[in-house]
Amino acid sequence: MAGKSELLVYIVNPLKRFSLNILGACRDLFPIILVILIFQLAVVRLPFPDVLNIFVGLILVILGLALFVVGLEIGLFPIGEAMAEAFARKGSLFWLLLFGFGLGFSTTIAEPALIAVAKEAAVVAAGGKLIGSDPASMGSYALGLRITVAISVGAAILVGLIRILKGWPVQYLIIGGYTAVMIMTAFAPKEIVGVAYDSGGVTTSTVTVPLVTALGVGLASTIRGRNPLVDGFGLIAFASLLPMVFVMGYGLIYFG
Amino acid sequence: MELLIKFGHTLAMTVKDVFPVLALLLFFQLVVLRKPIPNWKRVVAGFVFVLVGLALFLDGLETALFPIGKIMARQLSSPEFVFGLKNAPSGAPWHAYAWVYIFGALIGFATTVAEPALIAVCYKANEVSRGALSQWGLRLAVAVGVAIGIGIGTFRIVTGTPLYIYIIAGYVIVVIQTIFAPRDIIALAYDSGGVTTSTVTVPLVAALGLGLSEAIPGRNPALDGFGLIAFASVFPIMTVMGYAQLAHWLELRSLRASRKEK
Repeated sequence: MAGKSELLVYIVNPLKRFSLNILGACRDLFPIILVILIFQLAVVRLPFPDVLNIFVGLILVILGLALFVVGLEIGLFPIGEAMAEAFARKGSLFWLLLFGFGLGFSTTIAEPALIAVAKEAAVVAAGGKLIGSDPASMGSYALGLRITVAISVGAAILVGLIRILKGWPVQYLIIGGYTAVMIMTAFAPKEIVGVAYDSGGVTTSTVTVPLVTALGVGLASTIRGRNPLVDGFGLIAFASLLPMVFVMGYGLIYFG
Repeated sequence: MELLIKFGHTLAMTVKDVFPVLALLLFFQLVVLRKPIPNWKRVVAGFVFVLVGLALFLDGLETALFPIGKIMARQLSSPEFVFGLKNAPSGAPWHAYAWVYIFGALIGFATTVAEPALIAVCYKANEVSRGALSQWGLRLAVAVGVAIGIGIGTFRIVTGTPLYIYIIAGYVIVVIQTIFAPRDIIALAYDSGGVTTSTVTVPLVAALGLGLSEAIPGRNPALDGFGLIAFASVFPIMTVMGYAQLAHWLELRSLRASRKEK
């Protein structure tokens, strides 16, 4: 009997929620389907590709989105919050900050979007004769870029966590970051500026975002005097701002 | 069968991407915090749901939407479509590309609504504000921001004006808005800029940017093709703060109106 109730708790209940989420997922996808359909029929008038394939694909997308949301509710959010609470209770600043840095660094270094951007950036830099166009120097440039971005995301989460602990207003950090971006833009070589601006956007992956959000919100709700809405958010913003500054710095040092 | 093999491959890639996070979580939970994971079976089930869900999602996008969306992005910016000519005439007026701006804005809006990372952040914001911030309201505000951003970003590629001018102007507006926006929304608004550019938006928007800068004479795809992503992360900050200001103002007005009635 115990086995059966466990089955209910871990499999059946989430599946019930899952069926509700299907409706939500359909609603989320509706705009994309509408835009593509309208442009297809009214403007571009391409011959319609395999309709069956598209239909199967759409069902996969809807199922996937619904499953993802259930997973957020029962897995990613609770673990992020539980860890934030455990760190706060343990009271060890060092381990919390190390965890934050590790979370930022480890999720970024292997991010496929970043690998693609770094490769592209090496081609641009080689085209601008800033680095050699042989594979070895392009490879080391791209790797350096990835490490720079990963360190900057780790550092951003570390500083963001300190902000939550100290209760600094988020806008001071962000406006400070903007100022740094503007100053760096004025001095950095132009081949690195576009890459730097984009590197901020590609670093926040779909699994990292819920974890980091839960960590920040969990920490802000555990510490007395912090408001989860005012203090708990903002980690992701800083994690997409600091890479721009670091990448332009990397360009200045590497090419200078 | 073929679909199943492809799905297995996508799942393996997703697991590989998530592996460092899992290792980190386990290490800290078991070695540093030395506590069993609370409700660990549920959490494991949750991770499995997230991984399988993401893999299905990516696979489905790859089969159904990305190919046709990418072809469309290229088609709309091609000289044959815009001018009916093989090569785009240089110095064409910016409004010749009107369809591109409209498509860019609409596809930016539509992909943002379906972005899983944004769903996660809005879910949390709704929960933390005890329902005061509606999930849909926030997501629509962000999507409108991305739409404006991509619309202006494609205009920038067509006109060839430098990227940093727009971004810096955007920053100045954000700073001014920060001074006036309700305090509660500021951190969330900044975050919404970072989460918009993820799994769904980036591939389609990048295809649009690259196609456009290849088609227009005098643009360098490597320099101009990117940068649309930067637009998509600045403008949502403005629209989310604008949304909060509007909601705040409407609330004040209805409060005043009800006081007058008394």
